Amino acid sequence: MNLSRRQMLILLPAAAIAYKYALAGTPEESPNYKMSDHWWGMLIDIPKCIGCGNCVRACATENDVPDGHFRTWVERYHRTDDNLTTPEVISPNGGKDGFPVAQEDAGKYFFVPKMCNHCADSPCTQVCPVGATFISPDGVVLVDQKYCLGCAYCVQACPYGCRYIHPEKEVADKCTLCYHRITQGLTTACCESCPTGARQLVDLKDPKDPIHGFLKTHAVQVLKPQMATGSKAFYNELDGSVR
Amino acid sequence: MRFFRDAGHLFRFAGLFVLAFLVFMGLRYFAVPKTFGQYGHYRAAAIGDIAAHPAKFAGHDACETCHSDVAEKKSHGKHAHVNCEACHGAQYQKLAVPDQPKPGFYQAFLIKIGKALPPDPPILRHADDPTTVKPVLPDTSVLCARCHTASAAKPKGFPQVVPAEHSGGMPCETCHQPHSPAIGSDTSAGGAK
Repeated sequence: MNLSRRQMLILLPAAAIAYKYALAGTPEESPNYKMSDHWWGMLIDIPKCIGCGNCVRACATENDVPDGHFRTWVERYHRTDDNLTTPEVISPNGGKDGFPVAQEDAGKYFFVPKMCNHCADSPCTQVCPVGATFISPDGVVLVDQKYCLGCAYCVQACPYGCRYIHPEKEVADKCTLCYHRITQGLTTACCESCPTGARQLVDLKDPKDPIHGFLKTHAVQVLKPQMATGSKAFYNELDGSVR
Repeated sequence: MRFFRDAGHLFRFAGLFVLAFLVFMGLRYFAVPKTFGQYGHYRAAAIGDIAAHPAKFAGHDACETCHSDVAEKKSHGKHAHVNCEACHGAQYQKLAVPDQPKPGFYQAFLIKIGKALPPDPPILRHADDPTTVKPVLPDTSVLCARCHTASAAKPKGFPQVVPAEHSGGMPCETCHQPHSPAIGSDTSAGGAK
């Protein structure tokens, strides 16, 4: 084969690009879903939560969460006027069966739904010794259960207590932000079943997502901001006593 | 060639290093999953595995495709923004796990030591096959009370009652139709066509 210098100069970069695509392999995505177009998070609107426990039950159903373990749970806070830093917190069975009736008194009651914060700089993915947990390109912290050894480093590392070791599979398990649903264009099971809209799935890369306007006009916080985890669970009107 | 005199042992040793390196690279080729490192220090194919989990909640859009009459009624009432499955739950049944393909060497080893992950049982949803999967009607006495039982912990603007005092034991749907709960707003309960 006789190639001129000019042909060679054109062919070489073309071959390099082709080789790069061959290396990248086939993408593992749904046909209409592009990972690079999304950056998922969750908005939790504290004043809307009524503590019904629908989200906890829906999550357990959708994701076959074993009894006694939780990918999401609801806590009820009760803080009195003279003690703003040490509230009384209850979460009977994760709020799965609802909460006991509270009697009106001087304190403030409110519910705080908790779940994986899908941190952008998550401590849990950094400690995994084998690369079994990771942040997907669309911002969801996931566990590769075929690769996980069950060493539970990540369970200890999560500052929010959002991971557990699955009693039957003996690997780490956690909220996937219903990855199998959001990649199909559905919302998460907890958002789907929340009767008051206290939970909303948000896509920070979608310019039309109402979260952008919401963040502009509301007092929104994340949990443990001092840990610089880059949490993407946004809490509206979070009380300062929440840890 | 004075420099290489009496250096044969060094070349033999270097040869061993090269051999060990080639063996290492060969083992690494088989041990490291194909997609490991595609997006980062993890197996990219795991994303596809996680996305393949079956979705049990069909989503309100799927419900409203057939039950447009209920969607219409609901849209005018207080429960307009309560999704169907918030009350009705996920309507599905689990199917038998189909025969798995013959496991590979590694998978067979995992099964032998009891470390293989059980496959997700496939499911059939009411939204996929409305005739086979019959929906279970929710029990309103439990369901309504779950949200509307009075408690000081609930937000003040949220409608709450003490069930025993409020209805005196009568079922909620005697007065309130769940799809449009204001009294007198609609007399038919609505449901499947």
